Amino acid sequence: MTARSIPWLKFTAPPNFYVLAERLTPWLWGVAALFLVAGLYVGFFVAPPDYQQGNSYRIMFIHVPAAWMGMFLYLLMALYGAIFLIWRIKMADVMARAIAPTGALMTFLSLWTGALWGAPTWGTYWVWDARLTSTLILLFLFLGYIALHAASDDREKGGRAASLLAIIGAVNVPIIYFSVEWWYNLHQGVSVMRADGPSMAPSMLAALLLMTVAFWVYSAAIVLRRAQSETLSREARKEWAQQAACGRLTRDTRERAVAQAQQENAVSESGGQA
Amino acid sequence: MWDSVGDFLAMGGHAPYVWGSFGMVAAVLLVEWLLVRSRRRRVQIVLQRQSRRSTANGSEGE
Repeated sequence: MTARSIPWLKFTAPPNFYVLAERLTPWLWGVAALFLVAGLYVGFFVAPPDYQQGNSYRIMFIHVPAAWMGMFLYLLMALYGAIFLIWRIKMADVMARAIAPTGALMTFLSLWTGALWGAPTWGTYWVWDARLTSTLILLFLFLGYIALHAASDDREKGGRAASLLAIIGAVNVPIIYFSVEWWYNLHQGVSVMRADGPSMAPSMLAALLLMTVAFWVYSAAIVLRRAQSETLSREARKEWAQQAACGRLTRDTRERAVAQAQQENAVSESGGQA
Repeated sequence: MWDSVGDFLAMGGHAPYVWGSFGMVAAVLLVEWLLVRSRRRRVQIVLQRQSRRSTANGSEGE
């Protein structure tokens, strides 16, 4: 497990991560904006009204991406939590912590838009059916992670406890996903990921997929930005972080900081005997 | 598909639901973006100040 054997591990060094995020985020903002505009255009001006639901079905174009992102971000957060617990890679904790607020917001948005879609469609804003209830639990898991991480004065301890919660809570995600098949539900069944192909008009599917990409890329950009701030404040005393904050991080400083970080990792891996 | 701006805004009678959904998404994402940006700036300002202090002291770090 060295940076040489797995290229990806290069970005476990905070300065390398910071520089990568700095390069990526402007592009991600651009791509997200592009897909958002395209998705809204197709969603409102190309996709026809639904023959049963009229125009309320257009809520789907944000409801489904938000719900997918909530589940995806949770699994990603749990994965980073596991990486942090197993290999003690601090950047994994930074990433998991940066994901949590966006995951919580996405889950909240899926519940909010779902309620407003349910009202005209089912005649109620809320029912305690399996999918809605398990999604509400997902929101509480995100909030629990955030609270648990912040509760401990020792960041390392707080991170470990929160990561454990994230991993245990991951069992909820397949429950959400398959709830519409496992139990009788008011919520409709799967309509995109079907063996016989999606059950909706191509323009509707196009709008849904465009919005999904927009949500995905937005989440990536905002998470990277949050992780950058967290990295800088954790490394505030180091020269590279101060240079980076001034926008003039030199290659030399960065390489020295990376070498130092690797040395510190080697020390902690050998139990402080190096 | 839409006869007029008013027709578009009415969303076939589903205006509160459709705009309540899209409006909330827009508001939440905008607030999140502003919060992340302001934290980023705050952190940068703190570090810039530290950087100036360490150069003013003429110290070589450690």
